[in-house]
Amino acid sequence: MKLLAIHWALIGIWALLTLASIVVFVVSKRSSKDMSELVQRTQSWWVMVAIFTIAFLVSQTISIIVFALISFLALKEYFSMIPTRRADRRVLFWAYLSIPVQYFWVYDHYYGMFAVFIPVYMFLFLPFASLLSQQTDGFLKSVGTLNWGLMLCVFSISHAAFLLILPATPESSAGGAGLLLFLIFLTQFNDVAQYTWGKLFGRRKIIPGVSPNKTWEGFLGGVATTFVLAMLIAPLVTPLDLAHAAAAGLLIAIAGFVGDVTVSALKRDLGVKDTGSLIPGHGGILDRIDSLTFTAPLFFHFIRYFYY
Amino acid sequence: MLQKAFYSFVKIAVLFLLGLNVRRKDLLPSKGPAIIVANHNSHLDTMVLMALMPLSRLKDIKPVAAADYFFSSPRKAWLSEHVLGIIPVERTSADRSVDPLEGCYEALTQDRVLILFPEGSRGEPEQMTDLKKGISYLAERFPDAPVVPVFTHGLGKALPKGSFMLVPFFCDIFVGEPITWPGNRTQFMDGLKERFSQLSSEKNFASWE
Repeated sequence: MKLLAIHWALIGIWALLTLASIVVFVVSKRSSKDMSELVQRTQSWWVMVAIFTIAFLVSQTISIIVFALISFLALKEYFSMIPTRRADRRVLFWAYLSIPVQYFWVYDHYYGMFAVFIPVYMFLFLPFASLLSQQTDGFLKSVGTLNWGLMLCVFSISHAAFLLILPATPESSAGGAGLLLFLIFLTQFNDVAQYTWGKLFGRRKIIPGVSPNKTWEGFLGGVATTFVLAMLIAPLVTPLDLAHAAAAGLLIAIAGFVGDVTVSALKRDLGVKDTGSLIPGHGGILDRIDSLTFTAPLFFHFIRYFYY
Repeated sequence: MLQKAFYSFVKIAVLFLLGLNVRRKDLLPSKGPAIIVANHNSHLDTMVLMALMPLSRLKDIKPVAAADYFFSSPRKAWLSEHVLGIIPVERTSADRSVDPLEGCYEALTQDRVLILFPEGSRGEPEQMTDLKKGISYLAERFPDAPVVPVFTHGLGKALPKGSFMLVPFFCDIFVGEPITWPGNRTQFMDGLKERFSQLSSEKNFASWE
């Protein structure tokens, strides 16, 4: 079997994960502090990377289904943590049903419907479904929160899946799979890089009212790392030229940060620390994909505008 | 066999559609005689508690439920007894000569684990009502059987009384320290209430009105 660029990229990710695990292992053995959360976090990365790799290698359809499941779990987490109205049970049910429909448009390569189904049709339908219960107390708040959750957990995330079905170009044989790998890897690596730079050198708080642990040093260190990494990886798995790769790196790093603090603001408003407990060491699934909710649609449209 | 097949299906459905956040699962009794006491919001309560147990142990775990509801027709009665493994309790009995808890005594004597909902009815979802005293008679008769309180939240949102449409929500299951028999029934009931109020204040739950 001939290894394609995409396979080398996956091998690279596994190598990096192995290296990171060794570092974490050594550090946790030497440190006197309790590192169990970091160790747990690293173990969870193995599981996540394994699921992602398998889905990726098996088939495109499986990968689309995996993203649909991620949307489902994220939306479930969101609905479980926000105040909801009993009268809106049926509305929540419709919101869940929009997930298979939205991902069917992805599977069907139906871009026109993919782009409008949630922001137009569901946007108009949910308030209608909600008013049928004839309970106007809390109507505005309910419609607003449900629609935002649907946009964040389903519409945004489905853009990552839509990258997958973009065809190969003369500049890049890896096609959509390569673009998705580029997006996911950089988004997640950016999170880790910002966290690590912040832990090592963080001093000046960047947005203490929302996220007291985030620092300028962490943010800038992460942006620089992702920026450099984007230019190194882009030629391997994407059609991006150097200037576009640099721009995409900045876009992912900054949008990832904004997505992260947006979900932090939501959690602070609700008075919860984590969005759930699904991923040991990380918290809930929304804690893990918060950056992706911003990077996926922005990177998708960046690519679509310049290359497709 | 039928029971195992049914609860395997329930396990998968519970894990996928609901998703449970269980705290202190190790406190659930692994062998009888023991009594699990939970708040009651939904038909899902029993399903979820059964789903937390290993399949091989299901035959020894008996939910206690109202005879007038679960044994109201021959078909329902057969399903309740053979598939769900329910022990019936008469909520409204005219016949005073029979102790309504007779089935429970018998099961505890046989080292089974009972699942009891002392609120008596599912009532308004996600609101706890007063606990019925029947449980204290059981605890008095079997002072060595640990009584394990389990507080659940979210199941009443997913499938409240009177609805047949299941809406997915992550649910919290908080298992408490077992209560040992304090010597009299009033103290026992107070201890149980206290334990439930502790468990229910472990987390700020999202409002649901």
